[in-house]
Amino acid sequence: MATRYVMSIDQGTTSTRCIIFDQQGRLVSVTQREHRQHFPQPGWVEHDAVEIWRNLERIAPEALRQAGVGLEQVAAIGIANQRETTLVWDRNTGVPLRRAIVWQDTRTTALVDELAARPEASMVQKRCGLPLATYFSAPRIRWLLDDVPGLRERAERGEVLFGTMESWLIWNLTGGPDGGLHLTDVTNASRTLLMDLTTLEWDDDLLDFFGVPRAMLPQIRPSTETYGVARTVLPGVRIGAALGDQQAALFGQTCFAPGEAKCTYGTGGFLLLNTGKDPVRSTHGLLTTVGYQVGAEPAVYALEAPIAVTGALVQWFRDGLGLINSAPEIETLAKTVDDNGGCYIVPAFAGLFAPHWRSEARGVIVGLTSYITKGHLARAVLEATAWQTREVVDAMNADSGLDLRVLKVDGGMTADNLLMQCIADVLDVPVVRPMVAETVSLGAAYAAGLAVGYWPDLEGLRRNWHRAAQWLPAMDPARRESEYDNWRRAVERTFGWLQPRR
Amino acid sequence: MPGPVQSIQRGAAILRLLARSSGKLGVGEIATSLGLPRGTAHGLLRTLQLVGFVEQDSATGKYQLGAALLHLGTSYLDVNELRSRAINWADALAARSCESVKIGTVLDGQVLVVHHVFRPDDTLQTLDVGSLMPMHATALGKVLLAFDSGAGAALGNGPLEAFTRRTIVAPKDLTRSLAGIREVGWAAQVEEMTVGEAGIAAPIRGHGGLVVGAIGISGAVERICDAKGQPNTALVTFVRDAARAVSRDLGAARW
Ligand SMILES: Nc1ncnc2c1ncn2[C@@H]1O[C@H](COP(=O)(O)OP(=O)(O)O)[C@@H](O)[C@H]1O
Ligand SMILES: [Mg+2]
Repeated sequence: MATRYVMSIDQGTTSTRCIIFDQQGRLVSVTQREHRQHFPQPGWVEHDAVEIWRNLERIAPEALRQAGVGLEQVAAIGIANQRETTLVWDRNTGVPLRRAIVWQDTRTTALVDELAARPEASMVQKRCGLPLATYFSAPRIRWLLDDVPGLRERAERGEVLFGTMESWLIWNLTGGPDGGLHLTDVTNASRTLLMDLTTLEWDDDLLDFFGVPRAMLPQIRPSTETYGVARTVLPGVRIGAALGDQQAALFGQTCFAPGEAKCTYGTGGFLLLNTGKDPVRSTHGLLTTVGYQVGAEPAVYALEAPIAVTGALVQWFRDGLGLINSAPEIETLAKTVDDNGGCYIVPAFAGLFAPHWRSEARGVIVGLTSYITKGHLARAVLEATAWQTREVVDAMNADSGLDLRVLKVDGGMTADNLLMQCIADVLDVPVVRPMVAETVSLGAAYAAGLAVGYWPDLEGLRRNWHRAAQWLPAMDPARRESEYDNWRRAVERTFGWLQPRR
Repeated sequence: MPGPVQSIQRGAAILRLLARSSGKLGVGEIATSLGLPRGTAHGLLRTLQLVGFVEQDSATGKYQLGAALLHLGTSYLDVNELRSRAINWADALAARSCESVKIGTVLDGQVLVVHHVFRPDDTLQTLDVGSLMPMHATALGKVLLAFDSGAGAALGNGPLEAFTRRTIVAPKDLTRSLAGIREVGWAAQVEEMTVGEAGIAAPIRGHGGLVVGAIGISGAVERICDAKGQPNTALVTFVRDAARAVSRDLGAARW
């Protein structure tokens, strides 16, 4: 019999990737395409969902070709996606009503303030595990319902559908207007503010609170399950899993036991800790979320610390300032100097997420003197990711009562050695990268492979995990403390920048 | 002898035109100035853009000379970018070969290690990124010497340093060995640097086939070589496939 493989689709914030993995979890081929970032107004971030679908139509067959693998050799497809990005489309034509509103978008700030002032607002976090913030999907759905004439009526009649990117891709893969499956998985649903964290169902009180009609919502399913069979792009192949990208990375790092954690560095940075079968409530600004649900088994929960801007700051340095030509050049530029020269950048582009949750904060560059060069700025860019990690690790330690002993990392930024060393230095723990840096994709593949029996169980997957690199802390403790102090003072300067309209 | 290549002449004319003009030029202006059909000018510009010799303003669509022209001859591909672009394939090579992987480039007559993936056995290993190795006694170095005619200049004409009894020390022996490497497209080193260790490496090529680095594995000689002391052919294939995959991603069309 011909060798069989699993294909993953990682629909990320900056690009979409298809990767084919073999049974040992080794990468066989990879194709990738970036999509455009639209910034129509300050604080607004949008993606064209049709562009993303077209990208997938192109790169999926390319990945097969590159690997020399036929469709019949693909045991299953697993999907991981940027979370919370909100799309509404027409069920009959398949055409999106607007561009997708991306998770970093803060257009719903006023709406969220208004909702938060209502007496029932305290119910939200209890029910769904998340604070009421612009980061999540429900306020965006509401914003669209208010903004697009006639949309509410059409949504109530079930003529338009809501979904995050995995729903959009699954619907299109399984036929689109012609019988496409409208579903989401528990991890993605847990990011909407609309799902009850314990029943794993859409919650009527939350739907009422946000004014979202149930008819437009996808069906909630486990993360690994054969949802159906693709009818286009990869016709005949089973779709075996969908997970939010951060949960997929938790899975790909094989953090299957309570107490195991990882941090993924892409556009944003996301630290997730497996907390087992029970949702743990945070008292230090972390989120309670679903980690994964394997078939009919009970869901596994996680504590999560999202950092809104890590790689996005590098991206801004490249595209917004034009100081580098490619993201990796940030390391080259940062290495032209020995330290930050006293300069700190706090990238509160969309407010600050964990552990601060300050939506009114905006970014600052502090400590500027005429001594500062673009090299110092580049260093401050990388250090911003390291110090933000320190803040969320401190919060995670406080919440869990455990001290993190080693940080498992993955994502595009782990190719940056200076950054990885810097993270080890400021955390004072070793930083470890696994053999597959594309852990999001690997996690989606693992989940899909489990669903169809390509891999027998979680323990087998664990044996595929190997250390590819390790960075050991080497920073003078006194310097670490004084730098952390500077960082904290810089963070305070971002607070309260946006003022309510007078 | 064949005559001059027309598209190279035209490309050169575009570069001269852009260098001479003070602002940026649109494709129409360029086509008219050089008397070229618009489509031809556009095709040439696209290729020049691909190799970094011209840049296009995303707002106006106009063209100017690219940054790559300014440091022609110095750094062709940023080493950190090389690592970012190669990381997936380096991981896969380590997983397949069960050996540690390194990627090297030339720095002042030595091999600079720009990327290192541990041997996937979870034993204690330390990251070697940033360290320097001799060119003539490593597989990575010999690949770089074989395919980059400038790289050898720093070695001089005298005898080379011996690290073991098997190190190639005579310049004429090295020259012969490099010719062989160019012929087969990969290099091996068997106990030439350290007794008991061996390595295999192949070239990473960028646009136009220019060698920008080398990728290879190294480890205990009894794992890297077969019973006859020859590099294991399966491992050679893994290394060459990984080098080709990285090269393809970097835009080297033929590999
Ligand atoms: N060598 C590098 N140093 C710093 N940042 C990098 C490097 N390589 C990539 N990045 C950043 O990583 C991000 C891409 O990582 P990826 O995991 O693909 O993100 P996402 O899944 O969010 O799209 C980009 O924001 C980019 O700027
Ligand atoms: Mg990603």
